[in-house]
Amino acid sequence: MNFERIKEKLSILADAAKYDVSCSSSGSKRTNTNKGLGDSSGMGICHSYTEDGRCVSLLKILLTNHCIFDCAYCVSRKNNDIKRAAFKIQEVVDLTINFYRRNYIEGLFLSSGIFHNPDYTMERLVSIAKKLRLEENFNGYIHLKSIPGCSDELMREAGLYADRLSINIEIPTVSGLKLLAPEKDHKDFIKPMEKVKNEIIQYKAEKKIIKNTPVYAPAGQSTQMIVGATGESDKDIMYSAVHYYSTYNMKRVYYSGYVPVLEDNRLPALGTEVPMLRENRLYQTDWLLRFYGFDVRELLNHNHPNLDIDIDPKLSWALRNMHMFPVDVNTADKQLLARIPGLGMKSVHKIINARKYRRLNWENLKAIGIAMSRAKYFMVCNSSNFESRDLEPERIKSMILQSSQSKYQKFYNQQLSLFN
Amino acid sequence: MKKQTLIYDGSFEGLLTAIFQVYEERLNDVFIVDEVHYEPDFFSEPVTVYTDDGKANRVWDKLKDYKNLSKLIYWSFLSEFDERERYILEALHYVLKTQNENDYGHPAVLMLSQLTKKVGREKHRMEAFVRFKRTREDLYVSIISPDFNVLPLIAKHFKNRYADQQFVIYDTKRGYGLFYNLDSIAFIELDFNSKEDLEKAMHEEETNYNLLWQNYFSSTNIKSRVNMRLHKQHVPKRYWKYLNEKNPL
Ligand code: SF4
Repeated sequence: MNFERIKEKLSILADAAKYDVSCSSSGSKRTNTNKGLGDSSGMGICHSYTEDGRCVSLLKILLTNHCIFDCAYCVSRKNNDIKRAAFKIQEVVDLTINFYRRNYIEGLFLSSGIFHNPDYTMERLVSIAKKLRLEENFNGYIHLKSIPGCSDELMREAGLYADRLSINIEIPTVSGLKLLAPEKDHKDFIKPMEKVKNEIIQYKAEKKIIKNTPVYAPAGQSTQMIVGATGESDKDIMYSAVHYYSTYNMKRVYYSGYVPVLEDNRLPALGTEVPMLRENRLYQTDWLLRFYGFDVRELLNHNHPNLDIDIDPKLSWALRNMHMFPVDVNTADKQLLARIPGLGMKSVHKIINARKYRRLNWENLKAIGIAMSRAKYFMVCNSSNFESRDLEPERIKSMILQSSQSKYQKFYNQQLSLFN
Repeated sequence: MKKQTLIYDGSFEGLLTAIFQVYEERLNDVFIVDEVHYEPDFFSEPVTVYTDDGKANRVWDKLKDYKNLSKLIYWSFLSEFDERERYILEALHYVLKTQNENDYGHPAVLMLSQLTKKVGREKHRMEAFVRFKRTREDLYVSIISPDFNVLPLIAKHFKNRYADQQFVIYDTKRGYGLFYNLDSIAFIELDFNSKEDLEKAMHEEETNYNLLWQNYFSSTNIKSRVNMRLHKQHVPKRYWKYLNEKNPL
């Protein structure tokens, strides 16, 4: 193995792959079989963190950054003047196995620029996954990013070896896609998603009858949208996220703040700040939809098309719905507890467990580790000195903002200063 | 009767034996301490506990009825926290009396759950931050010095993951390690004189993969998003010593 050459390729092809924010390696049930290498049955592990605080759990690379397309938002676009490289199939296999054996990674996240045509490219990605599984007896995590426009047969094969399949929709609106990637057809993204969804449904049905049905993409499929490249609203983004979750049974939708990489008058200028706080608010919203029983229309609607930047979406919703509060923590059901700002699901469970033994007062709540700085405005308990002033939402908001040193204060101030 | 201090040998079986003694002799005013932490005083009478696997097993069997409590006790024990024995005993009394093993409103139960959480975090970190080096004999070696005694807790994870690879994970702080020989895990003690011996035994490709990983790590960073505060929150500085990407050759 020529390490110098590999090192150079790795720099180029890891650099080009890093804008894909997904690094999840959980959700698969693949266990170690026949004394092979690896196991992906547990929760995914972050083996390191980048300096921007993202989890490093997979070797995330492109097979090649050569591409026949010219999508405006992408570093690998055809007309961008950059260094190009391509891995050989065996090189990717060796890197994965050797990193895995040293406990650097949970597995491989492989994607690629499109060379020749979609099927030609996808075939190579699939053959790497196949080699890892069949020749190396590798049971670590494999995430393949499907190539838009590839055939159903290849998608079928991909799912036999990969734990997760994804295809990035990137631009949340069809009109945005037309503008930035005119050669791409919206249908090319949808067809592989549809196929994966159907295969998973079929697998689950067959599995009930034939026990050794070969497993298909056990960690499901995901997608990613770029935020802030076109003029879409938070409502546009989250409504399409909800669509992908429900129509294609997505496991996850990722939101990636647009990092300006190219000068192009269709896009924000180079040097424009990455909208990290907005990205964070979108993730919080996503979380509220998936785990807290919120409906997207409660959080974003015609009157409220964008998320607040200064406060989180749950607090924002609560301030708009003061008639629901205060909630009595000793009697409220789980759903209602989960709507109290500042209470996470863990705290909700702690409360439900603790109140079996006694009626809870402020001291009890503190003892079991409930953070009250926000929540106290929205709940009552077995103490008489609860917040009794009839406060206006605006007043509560400013009190909360004063007392909480937001970890995003720095960004927040910078973003605000734009409007001065 | 004078207060008694039961001194055990620091092993988990020793602790369980001491607990057995507390219940068998119905000791009320009693303190359990391991021999390393014992300091004589005028107010209590020292009693040496002789570790007895039979007695220890009887206590452990009894604890099996309390799944949560037995985990809290074992993991808190591994925390090596000074007063762990006191909280363990208090929590045990309370749970046996009330059957409320999930009542974190009780101070001792709460304390054990907090210790367990700390140990759990360290277990998780070791599963993440252990880095193996490959020797010429195809043995994968990792040297660690965790905050708590987590080797017994991480053994299963590594055995499942590296079923086809011989490995050693060695805790230099406590002077023992895990060795997996492709069949089962054994606890071993090594003469650990120099890390240089280990370096000499390295496989010729080891340095190269090390470099490739460092190279990968720096390429995957997005400069316009750097947030060192968040970074250090995820990987506190005391763990950097484990990470080859943080220690360029
Ligand atoms: S097809 Fe993919 S790799 Fe090629 S330019 Fe478009 S986004 Fe980039």
